[in-house]
Amino acid sequence: MADDQIFVHSATGVDLTLTVAGPGSRGYAFVIDWHIRLLLAGAWLLLASFVLKLSLSARSQDALLSLLPAAVIYFLYHPILEVALRGRTPGKRMAGLVLVNRSGGTPGTAALLIRNLFRLIDSLPAFYVVGLVSCFFTANRVRIGDMAAGTLLVLGDAAAGKSLSHLETLAAGSRLPLDALELVDQVLERWASLEPRHRSQIACMLLARLEPGSDAAHLSTLSDMELHARVAALLDGGDAQAHEPAAGDEATSG
Amino acid sequence: MADNSDMRTWIIARAGAWRGIVQSVAELRRRQRATVEEALSAVEAYRGLARDLATSRRLAPDSRTTAGLESLYAQLHTLISHRPRGGAAALLALLRVDIPAAAHELRSRIAGMALLMAASAVAGWWIITTFPALITLFAGEEMIEHVEHGRLWTEGIVNITPSSILSVRILANNIVVSVLAFCAGIFLGLGTFYLVALNGLMLGGVFAFVHQHGLAAALFKFIIAHGPVELSVICVAGAAGVALGESIVRPALGTRRDSFQACAHRVAPLLLLCAALLVGCGFIEGFVSPDPRYPLSSRITIGSCYWVVMWALLSGRLFANRATP
Repeated sequence: MADDQIFVHSATGVDLTLTVAGPGSRGYAFVIDWHIRLLLAGAWLLLASFVLKLSLSARSQDALLSLLPAAVIYFLYHPILEVALRGRTPGKRMAGLVLVNRSGGTPGTAALLIRNLFRLIDSLPAFYVVGLVSCFFTANRVRIGDMAAGTLLVLGDAAAGKSLSHLETLAAGSRLPLDALELVDQVLERWASLEPRHRSQIACMLLARLEPGSDAAHLSTLSDMELHARVAALLDGGDAQAHEPAAGDEATSG
Repeated sequence: MADNSDMRTWIIARAGAWRGIVQSVAELRRRQRATVEEALSAVEAYRGLARDLATSRRLAPDSRTTAGLESLYAQLHTLISHRPRGGAAALLALLRVDIPAAAHELRSRIAGMALLMAASAVAGWWIITTFPALITLFAGEEMIEHVEHGRLWTEGIVNITPSSILSVRILANNIVVSVLAFCAGIFLGLGTFYLVALNGLMLGGVFAFVHQHGLAAALFKFIIAHGPVELSVICVAGAAGVALGESIVRPALGTRRDSFQACAHRVAPLLLLCAALLVGCGFIEGFVSPDPRYPLSSRITIGSCYWVVMWALLSGRLFANRATP
């Protein structure tokens, strides 16, 4: 993981830590964008053909209004959107990626255009093979276009910033130690995505550590909903004395 | 983690400021512009956040608080590092400074590419004159058939496809070829050499073939209006590609990657000009070149005037600041 993090010097003297997006996240964002542009181009062709009654023949004068806009949408989707939205396309946004320059700032128009010019090479021989191979083997997981433009695709965790205000509420409302508090909060956040068997195990371990006088045998008999309610109750109260420092680490690894 | 009560007090004390920063980041992201006060307040918030992040990294390095602050700090950093869009002034600077500087830097390579193209054209001419059967390597069956029947393939083209459509198709194709000639420079310049030489070979070969059928003058009449700029642009894009390849083979800066990046940024403005010039070429090729109503003299005038415009743009004379001594 450390290899995928880069540190950027900033004017404040406090380095910026950026997590570089791997080929998987890049591919995910690209596939979303590809579907969007395909749908938009297709939608225009349908509109032109059935509503505007334009000919779709490449040799007809109508092609300027029917085929050309569809081609522009499909082929110029990335350069136009990246320049207009400062490097953020809908696909990148949905995949939680941000395009930055090597100093962590927003890339300029020139860099964005250069990045897109090199799509011609990155897409060779087909399906972005050159770009994908380049992402696997370069230090910052960049494709050739990124190398030329000096840009990086990094993970932008917008939710992490927003969770700060949530932490304040938790810190003010509970007596649990902060690391335990964060752990309980994370478990509750991920509750729905965890396997019922695993979340019950985690909840039992947490409750055994954080609830004074709780009986492990009794906890194992509780239902999924009861366990959730007991874990959630920790955020409203909690007992700092009952918590041992290792609790968080063990629960995380479990 | 540091003493819990201290950390808790600190989080509660600072959380209000962080909430404010989260809101202002979201607000500034939505808007294209910010006032001076907003910008200054964002910078002030950035400094405060840097202090908080340093504290949090020291007290609770693996906590969610630190992760949240890292994320917020990165978002604010990206936001305040954003350069304003230059608008018309940036465009003028591009035309007055960046493009002429890049063209000046590449002048010897442009001459080299022109030489390569000319030499390849001669080679193509020689190949087809000596081995006429090899024309199938350079031209399609339909094209060969047309010429063998004593007609250029361009004759009557506007009766099949409207000029506007023809222009768009031609300019799109030419832009792709030029961009490819530039980008192929990444293969240590060899890709660019191949593309430029291939274009020269095809030009010479096709000219030799039409000459054998007495149509060289007709082909010359067809290409003279758009050809000079079109071929020059391929040479300019090729020169930019060669410079790109050279930046990897012989890096001028610290690393090959830095050198490649710097070179791409330096020569990319030329590509922008090339694309704009090729749009013009596309329209000439779609509307003027296939139209028999234009006499040779008009075509030569159009071709030479457009070439002079290209030269004036490359040298920066077209938009030179007259007030500057």
